[in-house]
Amino acid sequence: MSEGAAGSVEAVFREERGRLLATLVGQFGDLDLAEEVASDAVEVALARWPVDGVPGRPGAWLLTTARRKAVDRLRRDRAYAARIAVLQAEADRDGTVAPPADDGDVPDERLRLFFTCCHPALPLEAQVALTLRCLAGLSTPEVARAFLVPAATMAQRIVRAKRKIKGARIPFRVPAAHELPARLPGVLRVVYAIFTEGYAASAGPELLRGDLADEAIRLARILHRLLPREREVAGLLALMLLVDARRDARTGPDGQLVLLAEQDRSRWDRGNIEEGRRLVVTALSGGPPGPYALQAAIAAVHDEAAGVATTDWAQVVALYDVLAGVAPSPVVAPNRAVAVAMRDGPAAGLELLDGLGSDDRLRGYHLLPAARADLLRRLGRRCEAATAYEQALALVGNAAERAYLARRLAELGDG
Amino acid sequence: MKYMLLIYGSQDVAPQTAEAVQQVMDEYWAYEKAVADAGVRIASDALQGVETATTVEVRDDGERVVTDGPFAETREILGGYYLLDVPDLDSALDWAARCPGAQHGSRIEVRPVMEFEQP
Repeated sequence: MSEGAAGSVEAVFREERGRLLATLVGQFGDLDLAEEVASDAVEVALARWPVDGVPGRPGAWLLTTARRKAVDRLRRDRAYAARIAVLQAEADRDGTVAPPADDGDVPDERLRLFFTCCHPALPLEAQVALTLRCLAGLSTPEVARAFLVPAATMAQRIVRAKRKIKGARIPFRVPAAHELPARLPGVLRVVYAIFTEGYAASAGPELLRGDLADEAIRLARILHRLLPREREVAGLLALMLLVDARRDARTGPDGQLVLLAEQDRSRWDRGNIEEGRRLVVTALSGGPPGPYALQAAIAAVHDEAAGVATTDWAQVVALYDVLAGVAPSPVVAPNRAVAVAMRDGPAAGLELLDGLGSDDRLRGYHLLPAARADLLRRLGRRCEAATAYEQALALVGNAAERAYLARRLAELGDG
Repeated sequence: MKYMLLIYGSQDVAPQTAEAVQQVMDEYWAYEKAVADAGVRIASDALQGVETATTVEVRDDGERVVTDGPFAETREILGGYYLLDVPDLDSALDWAARCPGAQHGSRIEVRPVMEFEQP
């Protein structure tokens, strides 16, 4: 087969995968089945398109093929015999035409699918995991990292969620406007996970995946226009703008990681910072602050400082204290400890970090030993620092962060 | 698909006055009519109070043990149910939300009914 045809199947599938899966789940109520028959359809396309040519509407072609495969599979399953007649009739009536995407109230197809997938009858983590895996193209290990759980645990949660979708017959349809707020926490988490993967890739050679960060910000802008009164939407958009403002300064000429303390702050994007700061004010006004607004406020404190030495660390610590109260995420404590180290000295920060070693949820979090290593180095405890750098190196995912940690470890030997 | 709407309430939040009891009853009659008119009702009942409950267990050796009281001493008590036949979970949740049992401090657990093939 020609590579071109295989490439076009892949390109079409990447583009159509989310819509294809959502339509199939909507029709058959079974995500496993939808994923299997979607793969079947791609296999047929790989065999046929090089011979017959790429069809005029490749997405509709894939959907029709997948739907036929689903009906075939169900026909083999006696339990579904009665449903087949109905489904077959529906498939025939629809012909080869993909069901028209119901525009609903969400003006972006990707976001519509996110809202469809984030059904409140599923636990929040499962909503987010399914959406990231099926619609954002993240792998189960990448999703697992976003939640700081082992890949096997995440796989288990996904299995359980799929079972509930099928067993309780959770419908996949675009929600009405009044249903959006209940689904918003899941959708925001999805958008933020896409951004985080773009901020520091969980694997691969590059630190940054700018396309993912851009996409997350694009989606958050649409959400903010759609739901201007939702303060956490403003908070998330602010957070991502304020963090993304540092993008160009976060890597050196060869793609190597440059930490906050060493960044050339003249390369920070002032436009992003200004927009982010305006949004933080919105996000913090009119009620108790949410976790995204608080993280945005922390990012704003950093962005406003001329350097690490003049950063208002007391303010950062205070914001982390509030954040710990509203968002019991295990990563808040290590970040707070680092801020305490900047305010009160490395020994104070180290004491806090050492108290976190027993938190199982942080076992795979490479930034915990990395932060410990840094404080031990500053305290001149080189042997212990080396051990901690080695622990961080064993957990780190992308090559740029690995190179940074390895360089620090080597410098310990030289010094 | 069949769903069981299990209405759980706490005795603390039971209506106190005759007017309040009558109001809740009126709401239930209206809901009862709504599910019947929509053609989704298979069955529904309210249960007598938990003080009338008796629990039975047959042990492995065949001994029958009868005890006074509910299966578990909890504050949340199963007060009644609706068995509905609706297309999907969203529809079941919509009906649950309309049920008086979802208000006045009580809650509804929605459970899909298992479907078996006839032998």
